[in-house]
Amino acid sequence: MALRDDQVSQAELSRRSWRKQRQTQSVGIAFLSTLIFGVVVWFGLIATPGWQRVQESFFSWDVAVEAFPRVWDGLLLNLRVLAVAAVLVVLVGLLLAVIRTLKAPVFFPLRVLAKGYVDLFRGLPLIIVLYLVGFGIPGLRLEFLGRIPAEVLGTIALTLTYSAYVSEVFRAGIESVHSSQRLAARSLGLSNSQSMRLVVLPQAIRKVVPPLMNDFVALQKDVGLISVLGAIDAVRGAQIEVAKFANFTPYVLAGLLFVLLAIPTIRLADYVTKRLSDKEQAGVTL
Amino acid sequence: MIDWSKPRLSVVGLKKHYEDRAVIDGIDLEVFPGQIVALIGASGSGKSTLLRCVNLIEEISDGQIFLEQEDISAPGVNHDKVRAEVGLVFQSFNLFSHLSILNNITLALRHVKKIPKDEAETIAKSWLTRIGLGDRADSYPDKISGGQQQRTAIVRAVAMEPKVLLLDEVTSALDPELVGEVLDLIRDLKKTGTTILMATHELSFAREVADWVIFLEQGKIYEQGEAAEFFENPKGERTKEFLSRMAGK
Repeated sequence: MALRDDQVSQAELSRRSWRKQRQTQSVGIAFLSTLIFGVVVWFGLIATPGWQRVQESFFSWDVAVEAFPRVWDGLLLNLRVLAVAAVLVVLVGLLLAVIRTLKAPVFFPLRVLAKGYVDLFRGLPLIIVLYLVGFGIPGLRLEFLGRIPAEVLGTIALTLTYSAYVSEVFRAGIESVHSSQRLAARSLGLSNSQSMRLVVLPQAIRKVVPPLMNDFVALQKDVGLISVLGAIDAVRGAQIEVAKFANFTPYVLAGLLFVLLAIPTIRLADYVTKRLSDKEQAGVTL
Repeated sequence: MIDWSKPRLSVVGLKKHYEDRAVIDGIDLEVFPGQIVALIGASGSGKSTLLRCVNLIEEISDGQIFLEQEDISAPGVNHDKVRAEVGLVFQSFNLFSHLSILNNITLALRHVKKIPKDEAETIAKSWLTRIGLGDRADSYPDKISGGQQQRTAIVRAVAMEPKVLLLDEVTSALDPELVGEVLDLIRDLKKTGTTILMATHELSFAREVADWVIFLEQGKIYEQGEAAEFFENPKGERTKEFLSRMAGK
């Protein structure tokens, strides 16, 4: 418990009043500089010659209201794709990471395949993967599959690319678990796979939660790219509305919705990261 | 029935080389049921490596290791099965940091010995009660002291009912005031007849509990004997030198 003012020495009292004064000063300066910054940007913007036009064609309230239902429906599709892709990415990524840690000679071809997969999809631009999957798979004319919806193809492409990234995150996590933990498990008679499953992975997964959440934030906005395959998502929906009104506001609206969607995840990621690092350096100030 | 006349553990002509450096250079030793054998010697004399070889964590370069007359160093032996019968406790505890101390003990009981969860927990709790940690079963390793962690680590190995327990300088990483509680636990294990091979720097403790003392020097047995005799009448020059150096600390 903190000591009350009447419990401390004169020296501490003078320190406290000095700290308080400094704090008031800091708050004042921060407020003032924010205000000046805001005013400069605002007047700078409306002083531009095209501001009037930009305001009309990008920030029209009426168009936003009209376009909202279609963009919103599209966003719901993005959310469905996000949910499915996120689960698939974690599963495939984890599988790839574990395959790459297998040491037995039997797994040599699997290990090489996993490495090749990760190299390929980490290097390939997502948009190209989308085109290849989106137009390549239907091009195979697999009649028994029927017509595959664009959002399903988009989900496949996103999973291919993101699972390569996520597998690297998991692999780093697995490697960051100290070898003495695995040694202790093996010394008790646990097999290699039991040690991995019961000791190494649970610790690795805990360590990689913050970087995984960052990848989730990135995935959250990249689901908007499925629109290039023709899926009527928020971006495509906005595009349709843009064409209808000859006004760009629906894009701004869709962008705003993506940002609103991302903020809670970003905050959560920050919070989790901070909590984990606090735990690791408990007791250290600064 | 335990056959007291035959060694529980025999090491024959054991060698361990890293590249062309010999860490263990031909060691023979025997540990009989219920016996405590202490390995002493300077750092780098091969004590820890010897224990790790017996637990099959290190691949050996030559020689044989027998557990109850069965060659556990033979090709094709199931290492996991041997390790389940040879407990090893590390200098740095190595408790599983993501598991409560109860689950640290039950993990191998459940997944190696295939004991049902309830039963494994009963076993673990009775051990924790015995070492005075009954009320800390749900604590995580980073929330208890080093001495408590090391006692948990010892119990984790002992609960598996190993045929021989290997202790690798289990008090070296502890603050001096925490050493006593760990040594008390080992005294307690001696009473119940646990067979122990331990590497230690605690010479007075080795003298007190060990039946047989082996002094290692550069990967070889330099001198060995019954504990009292060994410490009172060391024969070799190096032994005398080592004992007086350690006594000076």
